Amino acid sequence: MEYEPIIGLEVHAQLLTRSKIFCGCSTTFGALPNTHTCPVCLGMPGSLPVLNENVVEFTIRMALATHCQIAAISQFARKNYFYPDLPKGYQISQYELPLAEKGWVEIETQRGPQRIRINRIHMEEDAGKLIHDEFQPVSHVDFNRTGVPLIEIVSEPDLRTPEDAASYLKMLRETLRYLEICDGNMEEGSMRCDANISLRPVGTERLGTKTELKNMNSFRNVQRALEFEIRRQRALLEKGETIIQETRLWDTGRNTTVSMRGKEEAHDYRYFPDPDLVAIVIDEQWIERVRGSLPELPDAKRERFMRDYELPPYDAQVLTSSKALADYFEAAVQRFAQPKLVSNWIMSELLRELKKDEKDIEGCQVTPQQLAELLELIDKDIISGKIAKSVFQEMYTTGRSAAGIIDDQGLKQVKDESAIESVIDEVLAENNKEVELFRGGKEKLFGFFVGQVMKKTKGKANPKLVNEILRKKL
Amino acid sequence: MSAIMREKITRSEIRHVAKLARLELQEEEERLMTDQMNNILSYMDKLNELDTSAVAPTTHAIRLQNVFRKDQVEPSLEREEVLANAPQSDGASFVVPKVF
Ligand SMILES: [Zn+2]
Repeated sequence: MEYEPIIGLEVHAQLLTRSKIFCGCSTTFGALPNTHTCPVCLGMPGSLPVLNENVVEFTIRMALATHCQIAAISQFARKNYFYPDLPKGYQISQYELPLAEKGWVEIETQRGPQRIRINRIHMEEDAGKLIHDEFQPVSHVDFNRTGVPLIEIVSEPDLRTPEDAASYLKMLRETLRYLEICDGNMEEGSMRCDANISLRPVGTERLGTKTELKNMNSFRNVQRALEFEIRRQRALLEKGETIIQETRLWDTGRNTTVSMRGKEEAHDYRYFPDPDLVAIVIDEQWIERVRGSLPELPDAKRERFMRDYELPPYDAQVLTSSKALADYFEAAVQRFAQPKLVSNWIMSELLRELKKDEKDIEGCQVTPQQLAELLELIDKDIISGKIAKSVFQEMYTTGRSAAGIIDDQGLKQVKDESAIESVIDEVLAENNKEVELFRGGKEKLFGFFVGQVMKKTKGKANPKLVNEILRKKL
Repeated sequence: MSAIMREKITRSEIRHVAKLARLELQEEEERLMTDQMNNILSYMDKLNELDTSAVAPTTHAIRLQNVFRKDQVEPSLEREEVLANAPQSDGASFVVPKVF
């Protein structure tokens, strides 16, 4: 039987506020343990949380960017459970009245563009960090992260493949980064992802039993964990066995998911409205003010790149995949107004090198102005496209300008007709047989002569002139 | 009284709630809690007699909303103070029995 995976993601994003969600402690990463704590985030009796207004502001930004409806009234709730990283015995989160619901984002899939619905976006506080002792049966608790603001973005189960899940995640990350509300770093945990996945026979409607996957700290791991889980569930279903609803942890080292048996019984969080925090009332005016302050988002930028620069959809998609890359492109085009050519060079030469070095555009030594300058030199026939590629390599590794490299290495195109003519004479003299064959009608040999001339001039002869003069001489 | 009324919360639910709250109840305490909780829940029936159809649901008795603080960093506690009440610490972190 053919099975269809049904996947939904829960994404936690750490918001880039200066202070925590309910107190003035700093959110800076990497401080000494327990130095960013106070009575509020330590959950001491008698302390009262007060909501950081930027948390609301940032959440509204994400809600608008993902086409969500923003609740006129929303409220915090207590999620009750015991764990040493949670000093109060509950996490302040949102439950019945989240800040935003019913949104969507559009992603590219192999089946064409798909709308992935967002169930809700809510605000909550992060928990602390536990470090398990290597030698003794104890754990060390650092509460610096406790109370760092998070938003949780819950999708509907609209994803159908692990690739869909990865592109949805990338889309969210892109959006969070464009909005400048989260740095989107999965490896460092500022963006975290849990997945729900079940299988059902193709063509049927009823959802199968799902498992929840945790502990995937990179895009790649999310994809691999889902691939593994699809194989595992399919194998069970094919044997006629049932799927157990459970939480499974991704084990990167062993490339497998492992059941968290026994940890599940407490899945009864006894949510109730937090009496310490008052309702958040958001009116149209507030929403419109935030809407007005939103930067151009990936979707809109992509559309604009296609319209204003007449780029194909694929180019526009790649170039807008990060704000920095889009800015790079636009800076280069400002200097050299042939967008498609700039796009070609960025997408082929530049991104290939960056990918090889596992670097972002931010770490690129070649400035957009330098790239534009190089393209200008090709455009003015000062160097050939082929030589430009090797010049670019040199620019990429040294950060030097194209003009400097060309001067140093004598790479300027030969446009002196008499010089080209004498090389052509040489070539024709050395290849009598071919000349006769050509004149006898073997036109295909023309390319051969061009090749010989280029070889003798180390690729520096102006191809147009070579063609012209060759035609004349033959 | 509780014997006459339909039970609103059962003994096994009391056990479940106690477990979630990390409480270890003796048999006698379980029985007592079941009775008391049932009484409290029965009182809700009394409250339900009120017609609240014209009253908007609320979670507070006070009419306050949108209480915010500016996103500004304030000084945190000194670490000695933070750890002062900890049953066990290593001078930097709280130390707890190993979980997992
Ligand atoms: Zn604090």
